[in-house]
Amino acid sequence: MDQLAETARLKQSTEASFRPMTGNEAIARGAWEAGVRVAAAYPGTPSTEILENVGTYPAEDLHAQWSTNEKVACDVAIGASFAGVRALTVMKHVGLNVASDALMSQTYIGVNGGLVAVVCDDPGIHSSQNEQDTRLFSRLAMIPVLEPADAQEALEFTRWAFDISENFDTPVIVRSTTRLSHTRSVVELGERSEPAPRGFLEDPSKNVMIPSHARARHPALLERETKLRAYFASPDFTPWERGDGKVGVVTLGTPYTYVKEVLPGASVLKLAASYPLANELVAEFCRSVERVFVVEELEPVIENEIRALGFEVAGKAFFPRVGELSPELVREGFEKAGILERAAEPHDWDVEPIARPPVLCAGCPHTTTYMALRSLDARVAGDIGCYTLAAVEPLRSIDTCVSMGSSIANAAGMAKTGVETKPIVATIGDSTFLHSGIPPLIDAVYNKANITVILLDNHVTAMTGGQEHPGTGRTLRGEETHRVDYEELIRSVGVTWVKTVDSYDVGAMYRTFREAVEHKGVSVVISNRPCVLDPVKIRGPVLAVRAENCIACQTCMNLGCPAISWSDEWHDGHHKVKIDAATCIGCTLCSQICPTDCIQPAAG
Amino acid sequence: MKMDRVATATTNVLIVGVGGQGVIMISKVLAELCQLQGHQVKQSEVHGMAKRGGGVFSHVRFGERVWSPTIPRGEADILLALEWAESLRWLGYLRPDRGTFIADTQQIVPPFACRDRRRGAADAYARETPSEVLDQVAKGFALDAGRMAAELGNLRVANTILLGALSTALDFPAEDWRTVLVRSVPPKTKDLNLQAFEQGREWVTRAATAPAPVALRRPGGLEGPAVEVELEIIEAWCKGCDICVKMCPERCLILNREQIAELSDPAACTGCGICEWLCPDFAIAVHKRTADQVGA
Repeated sequence: MDQLAETARLKQSTEASFRPMTGNEAIARGAWEAGVRVAAAYPGTPSTEILENVGTYPAEDLHAQWSTNEKVACDVAIGASFAGVRALTVMKHVGLNVASDALMSQTYIGVNGGLVAVVCDDPGIHSSQNEQDTRLFSRLAMIPVLEPADAQEALEFTRWAFDISENFDTPVIVRSTTRLSHTRSVVELGERSEPAPRGFLEDPSKNVMIPSHARARHPALLERETKLRAYFASPDFTPWERGDGKVGVVTLGTPYTYVKEVLPGASVLKLAASYPLANELVAEFCRSVERVFVVEELEPVIENEIRALGFEVAGKAFFPRVGELSPELVREGFEKAGILERAAEPHDWDVEPIARPPVLCAGCPHTTTYMALRSLDARVAGDIGCYTLAAVEPLRSIDTCVSMGSSIANAAGMAKTGVETKPIVATIGDSTFLHSGIPPLIDAVYNKANITVILLDNHVTAMTGGQEHPGTGRTLRGEETHRVDYEELIRSVGVTWVKTVDSYDVGAMYRTFREAVEHKGVSVVISNRPCVLDPVKIRGPVLAVRAENCIACQTCMNLGCPAISWSDEWHDGHHKVKIDAATCIGCTLCSQICPTDCIQPAAG
Repeated sequence: MKMDRVATATTNVLIVGVGGQGVIMISKVLAELCQLQGHQVKQSEVHGMAKRGGGVFSHVRFGERVWSPTIPRGEADILLALEWAESLRWLGYLRPDRGTFIADTQQIVPPFACRDRRRGAADAYARETPSEVLDQVAKGFALDAGRMAAELGNLRVANTILLGALSTALDFPAEDWRTVLVRSVPPKTKDLNLQAFEQGREWVTRAATAPAPVALRRPGGLEGPAVEVELEIIEAWCKGCDICVKMCPERCLILNREQIAELSDPAACTGCGICEWLCPDFAIAVHKRTADQVGA
């Protein structure tokens, strides 16, 4: 008997069924195992990698697509559910605001094929504009929410969400957070089981939400809520870890792991679902311990519901309502509550760290736009994307940034006041423009707003790591498709003044912007250059400073380019500059603005 | 009603650096190795801004049962930094009594640190030298992995040299480290990476017996007497073209009612001289005088 071969086979099968995965990869795996046929999303940190990973499973198994925005993605998934297959939509927390219009009706309709929305919250605002709590939305929509605590649960809960969706006739939300989405741990893999398509269910009283139908559906939602409360009380979903009878902790999601780390002896009720709450089980748990704590990230959602059940409970009095929780903060909370001994003061290290804020990349085509806008002294409504970094020095020229697609209508509103004396400009990226910038552009033309729109076309969804969109001419799986012609699109809604400029031609950019703001009505400048990182990492002949000609004016430092810093040489008491050859991509912007022409192609 | 603190048997390794340095590569190798050794592993990173020159960090925790994906402050057994200033930022996470500190002395100076245009200004990069930091930690190594990688002929293997250094601080067989490393790098760089890994290991062994002093540039300003800046604008020559106003990096010039350039905020003027250089009519002169010259 070949012992070695047997060992190798065993090892291989173990390695095949256990794999380290991030939360996002595990969610994608869970959706594939659940037999999803259609998946649609718009990218947004920290959710982006979910659909990217769904797209790595065979095309025969499922269709995966980037949609123009979250509402469109949600509607595509709803359509697939109507047709009788399992469907997935994915978004970040603020994407839910966009998708919510569809979801708020769909909750009345229910599902045919299982319908799951994965929503990734961003406690701590690592890369977002707010830290709204999706669980509040779920209560408004009366949609159950599952909250996994690690990658293994992320996979299992996603699978399970499809069963719940079909068994209870409801869309289901799986809530992730940045921490869960980006933490890698070992996951046990399962096989794909695809339910047979159910076929379209012809039932207008359920599928067509007119007032008479909707009125009948609302009571069905309340009934569904009651059934789900009972269902979630099962120990399979809401395990009760019996420990110390004095301290009981109700917790869920990643904070569960912090509680286990900090307070291993406590009784813990770990919720799988934060809505609807398994009231009776929670009440029984509360009665069984002397003091009840709720450890949850962001809003006191569970805490308030337990209080409403008539129990004395502590939560946000000890654990912050703002930002991301951590083992330290959970420990501090239990210290304040008198459950844990006060820890020793943290060690005082004698060092002073420096600030290292994110910056636009060397050669980023957005750089010229904001240099030109700065010198134009314009009032600039910004939008969401890498270019929001131009809100800080040295490019500082963005005055507002609200939400995806807000810039154009914000600018129009400012213009309509008639009191703003500066030229009014909106800046919006290509992906953001397609996401939600077209209706406000039509509105601005229709209402004769006097604004300039700068479309920052870098040919990719850059901020989230380089995803395709309708302006790239490629789909999520890389197939060629129709590519939006921006000039044609913009002219067709009635803009008469449109010009495309090379973002690397500093003089042309300055001149075109000046012309554009002189135009009465809506003018559009398309600043055109591909992103330097995606889809292709761009490298050109590197530039270098001829130090003998550098007068230390530091005009080039106005670019905020990460390749340019001070050298060890001085001129008249000021630092001369140098270019880091490993970072420079040869965009030539610095050499174009240098007053002494001392930046030249590097020798050799 | 007090509970005892429970010491967890989890080992915590915090790996930090700047976007593009290979923080994630090192933490993936470590996590895979820990898993092969039969540990439970969690590896957590937040990388939304990493591509844009910001800091990158990765928490790797392993043991029999790992709960939190993040390392609590003051509980990292090892802090591995791929860049000098980043090592200082995360020092608070190191166990003060028995943590091991391993840092590359490579300095990546962000543009943000070179923003002060005043005459004689120093950059805003970290001031602490390796010896000042090594004096504070229980066990510490500061090596110039960048230079060592350059000597090997490829700057990109600096992270593998640091991986070699890290391998000496953990109780896993060197052969297993090599196996996982080879699996994680492009096949044609296999030999180079193995060589770099060995260099990192050897460096630590040598340093443990005879610590080598590490030189580090201390950012400094210009010595000498303080200088006062005076901006002279010759009104008769100014035609109000606005170039100086638009290009002033401190935004301290305006066009006044007569459409003549005027210094609106003298305190903000750093004397950088851009206005003088760009003025097409030679209407601006930047004068710099020491205290005794001002009196004269």
